[in-house]
Amino acid sequence: MFLPRASIAGKRFVSVSSMSQSQSRTPLEDAIRAKVTEALKPTTLEIHNDSHLHAHHKAMEGVMSKETHFRLIITSQAFASKPLLARQRMVNTLLKEELAKEGGIHALQLKTRTPEEEKKLADKEGA
Amino acid sequence: MSLRKAFPSAFRAATRAARPSTFAATPRFLTPIQMRLLSDDTRAAIDKAVASSPVVLFMKGTPETPACGFSRASIQILGMQGVDPEKFTAFNVLEDSDLRAGIKEYSEWPTIPQLYVDKEFIGGCDILMTMHQDGSLAKMLEEKNVLVPEEETPSEPPK
Repeated sequence: MFLPRASIAGKRFVSVSSMSQSQSRTPLEDAIRAKVTEALKPTTLEIHNDSHLHAHHKAMEGVMSKETHFRLIITSQAFASKPLLARQRMVNTLLKEELAKEGGIHALQLKTRTPEEEKKLADKEGA
Repeated sequence: MSLRKAFPSAFRAATRAARPSTFAATPRFLTPIQMRLLSDDTRAAIDKAVASSPVVLFMKGTPETPACGFSRASIQILGMQGVDPEKFTAFNVLEDSDLRAGIKEYSEWPTIPQLYVDKEFIGGCDILMTMHQDGSLAKMLEEKNVLVPEEETPSEPPK
């Protein structure tokens, strides 16, 4: 009794997840979220898709993708005691594939902070 | 602001003389593996470009007519900081596909613009902007002695 049910449930799960993946209208954003979340365990992760702001730029001629320009705000303990360049390299490395492939990410703006830096910034802005 | 030095032909000269345009024949769909193959010629040419001035910016377009907002922002920051045009060179990656592909690999940095000071990779637009805001850029440029002498600092207000 248990086995058939389990396999049906499993099948349904697989088909649902693969469907939602192929139908996602934001495959790159999904990939960014998944990779950053897994690798950096961010306490804050904002993903802004600014592509529409750049759609008419010359470099974007003939590009159909709606996911070309991203702005990320990442707060993670993983950035602690690392200089800015190293932090950004960590993110660039994570998203290497997405940055390199044809029709992938064209521009990536990054704010990379530790939780302490984020708090300091918030205090400053609040003051 | 006039940051431009004559567009350096060193890069083009170096790459073109050494080798017919293998890049031109390369298919557009490069796999990450293929993209890792930075030829010795290109590397040597970029070595030369990076060493051509104390401050080197690889950008899209020219300082007068940047072709991308991030390149524009970077040029404006360097202008506001008072970088000496005599100690600055900009390379337009849009003029050279070898350079455009090669510099990303060379710096292990996926985007343009890219700033080098004394042959050391500093970062892209975000890093430049952050360093501009927190004062570390001014400090670094001062230490590297690449700013226009004090009395000649342009008083042009930032836009």
